[in-house]
Amino acid sequence: MYQDVIIAGFGGQGVMLIGNLLAYAGMEAGSEVTYIPVYGPEMRGGTANCTVVISSEDIGSPIIQSPKSLIIMNQPSLDKFQPKLVDGGIQILNSSLVDAAKAEDRVTTYTVPANEIADKLGNTRMANMVALGAYVQATGCVPLEQVKDSLKSVISERYSHLIPKNAEAIQAGADHVAEQMK
Amino acid sequence: MSEKKRIFIKGNEAISRGALAAGCTCYFGYPITPQNDIPEFLSTEMAAVNNGEFVQAESEVAAANMLLGAAAGGARAMTTSSSPGVSLMQEAISYMAGSELPGVIVNVNRGGPGLGDIGSSQGDYFQSTRGGGHGDYRTLVLAPGTCQEGYDMMIEAFDLAFKYRNPVLVLADAIVGQMKEPVTPWEPKAADNHGAEDWCIDGAKGREKRLLKSLFLEDGALAGQNRNLQSKYEAMQAEARADVFECDDAELVVVAFGSIGRIVKSTVRRLRSEGKKVGLVRPLTLYPFPSEVLRDLAKQGKRFLTIEQNCGQMVDDVRLSVRGIADSEFHGHMPGDLPGSDDFLAPIIKHLED
Amino acid sequence: MSEKLVFDAPEIMIDRPTHYCPGCHHGVAHRLVGEVLTEMGLVDDTLCVGSIGCSVFIYNYLDVDAVEAPHGRAPAVATGLKRAHKDKFVFTYQGDGDLASIGLAEIVHAANRGEKISVVFVNNTVYGMTGGQMAPTTLVGQKATTCPDGRCAEEHGQAIRMSEIIGGLGGTAYCERVSLDSVKNIRRAKKALRKAFEMQVNGTGFGFVEMLSACPTNWKMDPIAANTRIKEEMIPYFPLGVFKDVTKDGEE
Repeated sequence: MYQDVIIAGFGGQGVMLIGNLLAYAGMEAGSEVTYIPVYGPEMRGGTANCTVVISSEDIGSPIIQSPKSLIIMNQPSLDKFQPKLVDGGIQILNSSLVDAAKAEDRVTTYTVPANEIADKLGNTRMANMVALGAYVQATGCVPLEQVKDSLKSVISERYSHLIPKNAEAIQAGADHVAEQMK
Repeated sequence: MSEKKRIFIKGNEAISRGALAAGCTCYFGYPITPQNDIPEFLSTEMAAVNNGEFVQAESEVAAANMLLGAAAGGARAMTTSSSPGVSLMQEAISYMAGSELPGVIVNVNRGGPGLGDIGSSQGDYFQSTRGGGHGDYRTLVLAPGTCQEGYDMMIEAFDLAFKYRNPVLVLADAIVGQMKEPVTPWEPKAADNHGAEDWCIDGAKGREKRLLKSLFLEDGALAGQNRNLQSKYEAMQAEARADVFECDDAELVVVAFGSIGRIVKSTVRRLRSEGKKVGLVRPLTLYPFPSEVLRDLAKQGKRFLTIEQNCGQMVDDVRLSVRGIADSEFHGHMPGDLPGSDDFLAPIIKHLED
Repeated sequence: MSEKLVFDAPEIMIDRPTHYCPGCHHGVAHRLVGEVLTEMGLVDDTLCVGSIGCSVFIYNYLDVDAVEAPHGRAPAVATGLKRAHKDKFVFTYQGDGDLASIGLAEIVHAANRGEKISVVFVNNTVYGMTGGQMAPTTLVGQKATTCPDGRCAEEHGQAIRMSEIIGGLGGTAYCERVSLDSVKNIRRAKKALRKAFEMQVNGTGFGFVEMLSACPTNWKMDPIAANTRIKEEMIPYFPLGVFKDVTKDGEE
């Protein structure tokens, strides 16, 4: 098993947090994982991003130039990373902020109105969790329950009261994609 | 054997935790990106875990000299910095080498020369492996490529420092420092200071006074000290280590260290899946350099390509290792540019087909 | 008739010919340090941090454990050593070039952190070992090999007054400037050393004693003229006295 993903959005959309969560869940599921925040000059240009690799064998590069999958939280991120996605790759688009019509046919795209779904659950800021739930459902790279279980390990104690709501958001994202996958 | 609990941490934190596991009790440092996670972590944990001392020094110059002082006292002590800061530490490192004092210096290498940038680089290979400061001396140099190696090599670094009474450099880089991976923490057996109580200064009660110095003015004294040091460096050669991957039937052996070594591993795996006969040697010690490993491969008729994130430094050591038998090509990835495994496909294929 | 010993060196002093020039005050300063360490019972617990300059050889005269610091870095080396051995007595012995020029950052920050160490600062207004170059403490008008026409305030700045600086730092527990030019002043110097050393031993903090000293060789004077110069030229610019004593309320 091998999966890699670039998670990209505006600074403040929580892309680093869901990258951490995904990698942590991968580790707890027994896989090898790497997580690297993008760093240096690449940080400029409207996007914050991180890369997660999950694999059953030891991981070589933690930096991925031709990703197998993407989680795209805003439009500049789609413009920047979709051209790098491998043919047949999977991408999750936050259709609340991204023009889904821009999705290319050579890749598999799942659209999730993450901001609206998060809004309905009570807080737009959980859009990142909705997108992650959608991603996990679409790729099956880690068990969804493992991701929810790992929330307590990556969310600081101060915000631990938000864990049940975040778990709901993850589930809502997964449910949304499950519909599209039918 | 029961599965040991893995923790998910940054390389910088792995280095910090490895130092604590190694029994380090004194930390001296000065802020510089991209290694600040280390002093931030140790500012509380050094006291909490090892009942040790943490000092934020006024400069890297001072930090390295505090290291010298604690080392003279026989303590397990360390400092950490990044390239421009490590340049400032070279004075004390030279004095430590001359006075034969053990200490661990971590360099989370960033781009240079000058202020450079805060991204990853391997531009400090020469500075690390050629001593770095004035005079004829060497430091042992360990090069972690994973967070686990960051942890493990700190434990090894303290042991080597005391075994040889010599400064040990851990040459990491911004990629290793900033990425997160699962790390299995472990506690080594009780720290072995290799008889430090017989040379350190801790008060001359009931014994002759001791003097730790690097000044040798008497006739013939400095020549004698240099001979001592050289024979010590010769003995260190036994510590050379490398990770050898898919080299048995390889026609081309890529030599790459640290984070670039692991990134190239992905490239090698991909080319192997396409039937290309390419292998990888990832030096784990940069001084001593694993020359024997490369020389043995050269004798088997293999060709070499050295890949580094600099303009060509380790390639000199590869060429020296295989001299008279083979040579090494070089591919340099410019510091200032974040490397990925795709970057190395074309150069490897080019040299495979040459 | 039996001989009666009327003057002896403390046991901590190693019996050997001095390498210092005639009239140099390093020998007096070494002896004061040796006497105070002996009287305080610290000899077996003392770790000496030597510096660079003529006094690099202090370890040849004092029978205590010692380490040699790079130029100017003795306070940083002492910081590391004291942190590793909190129960030992750690002192540095530094000249003016070492402490007030290349090592200015180290001395100021060690004092400001309130490191529990003691600093003996020998100020003779010149680089001795390297051959009489201008020091940060060289007085305006004083000739040196790198200012043969005398120090010029406009070009070189004025002599730096270290005790005034160290005494003004929050971490300093004790700071005094003394002189070695006369018996009376030497006695006062010993008291100051004892006071500074006691502040380390009882955990009060950082102690600093500046000793105005002669360098007849580089001043190109005989020892008597050198002592006169201390009295007539140095003391007026570098006033003697206590610049900080945390044990005395309201007197700084």
